[in-house]
Amino acid sequence: MAVEDFHHALKFKQDLCIGCSHCTGVCPTGAIHVEDGHPVMNPNRCVDCGRCYQACPVNAIYIEQDDFQTVIDCKYPVLLLPSIFISQFEDKIKEKTILSVLYHMGFKHVFEVEKSVDFIKDEMVKTVEETNGFKPIISTFCPAIVRLIQVRFPVLVPNLYMLKPPLDLTAIYIRKLLIDEDNIPAEDIGIFYVTPCAAKIAAIKSPATDEESSVTKVINMNFLYNKVMRVIKQGEYKLCEDSRTRYHRLTKASLNFTLTGGEVSMLKNGRNLAIDGIHNVTDFLEKLEDEDIQDIDYLELRACDESCAGGILCANNRFLMAERQRKRMQKSPDEIDAEDNDLLNYTSYLAEHKKVLGKVEPRSMEKMDDNMAIAMQKMRKAFEINQNLPQVDCRICGYQSCKALSEAVVNGQAEVAQCIFVQRALEHSEKISQLEALRINTKIWGTKKNDPTIAKNLNL
Amino acid sequence: MDFIYHVEGGDFTNAGSTSSEVKRMLKKLGVSPEIVKRTVVALYEAEVNIVAHAYRGDISVNLDSDKIHIVLADEGPGIPNVDWAMQKGNSTASPKVREMGFGAGMGLPNIKNNSDELNIQTEVGKGTTIDFVNYFNK
Repeated sequence: MAVEDFHHALKFKQDLCIGCSHCTGVCPTGAIHVEDGHPVMNPNRCVDCGRCYQACPVNAIYIEQDDFQTVIDCKYPVLLLPSIFISQFEDKIKEKTILSVLYHMGFKHVFEVEKSVDFIKDEMVKTVEETNGFKPIISTFCPAIVRLIQVRFPVLVPNLYMLKPPLDLTAIYIRKLLIDEDNIPAEDIGIFYVTPCAAKIAAIKSPATDEESSVTKVINMNFLYNKVMRVIKQGEYKLCEDSRTRYHRLTKASLNFTLTGGEVSMLKNGRNLAIDGIHNVTDFLEKLEDEDIQDIDYLELRACDESCAGGILCANNRFLMAERQRKRMQKSPDEIDAEDNDLLNYTSYLAEHKKVLGKVEPRSMEKMDDNMAIAMQKMRKAFEINQNLPQVDCRICGYQSCKALSEAVVNGQAEVAQCIFVQRALEHSEKISQLEALRINTKIWGTKKNDPTIAKNLNL
Repeated sequence: MDFIYHVEGGDFTNAGSTSSEVKRMLKKLGVSPEIVKRTVVALYEAEVNIVAHAYRGDISVNLDSDKIHIVLADEGPGIPNVDWAMQKGNSTASPKVREMGFGAGMGLPNIKNNSDELNIQTEVGKGTTIDFVNYFNK
């Protein structure tokens, strides 16, 4: 897949950015460096986890979404709603109220994403028990994790579980249902997915394999939350009493799926682990790749702390959301039949489409050069440079760490004098002038931060 | 490129750090995932052998653009019968140790399976030197 094929939903607003480099510091794949006072993202490294979005103190990072006008223009728009959407709202706002507001916005139906968990459950148990080959099986539920593995842990790509996640399976079922039972022309159907994170958008716009997503458009969860809240607060809605019965109660397992441990709790046998938070996941995968950890059967890995309740587009605190989700679980049934979840009438159709088509390719971004001999030279040089750097990882050079700077230097993307310690040493030995040092710093941080009048303003 | 890593016998908390370091270098070099895996498995096994059985050891890594050459030299009890230990399932581990699931006799065979060239020198009471090479373009 060519570089330009990788869609990223995370975008920078240069006019709001204050050039603080917090985003550079938190990135788990070292995808961001600073140039001319602003972050520059390497699209090959970014996995859309959204840690930069959370770290930005001035909201200069935003998540691109499809225009809401597309809902209005669509002949038959249906909403694909993750169960966590409801858990954003206070308890006193009833599920029925929220759904009514959504119907009034023009959606013909609202389907819960996790409807297909009742189908997935048995598939998962079977696969985990029957697989003898590549273990642990690694869940593909979280698209940021799939990308992380492609980029940083290519050795583990064969371990990825090729069963489609609930989002895709439910979308496939909806399309089939609307065409077969309601006789809606395929071209009129628009499936609008409400996303809690940037990674899902990226996965829909450019899937990990060549298979196209069944989802038509994506709406950001915080955007829809605001829209719904406003209608509720202004009281401009009527409760729907119609027969749109396709929104059902979910089972405990379905509601739990989206939280940390949701997948693992369905597996009764073997050793299965649930890990959330991308830095925790990275640590664990490092160990797994080192052969340090063995005999694990299944790994549920989620990029966000508290899984989807911690999605960067969730409108509320992740712990409160997880608590509400669990409360809803208490009131929900353990098992459900086809009468309450008509998706179960489509199990044979879903079984035909359950596998992810195509292959997830490793796309390691670690290698220094395509030519091994040149990579070797670069590595040696970078190693030598790094040995002379202070190891403070202060980011004044514009890079995440001393190591990252030394690699950028050998790749011709940076100069070693970007390191403030090296720069001082060069100034001291009169190898570079003060003016030259100022030029280097301006190249990294822009003119504003390197304005000599700063001293005057500070009365120094 | 040459690197030397020191390993302390009995330090299980840090066992595997050399293989982790080597893995990172191989990735930077662009070595295929399969060969990275082979190398890491062989090195990890040999590294843990030092931690488990020897007093101390040095691991020297010589990295080239077409191959990696690793020598693990330890001061330790040595292996009394290498040919015997090289066979799958043979182990000197006590029944007690085996009961815990260790000492399955897979250590040396595992290193052999995951290396292209392997040479073991050992002297009882002195120590063991495991020397292996993996090629990147096969």
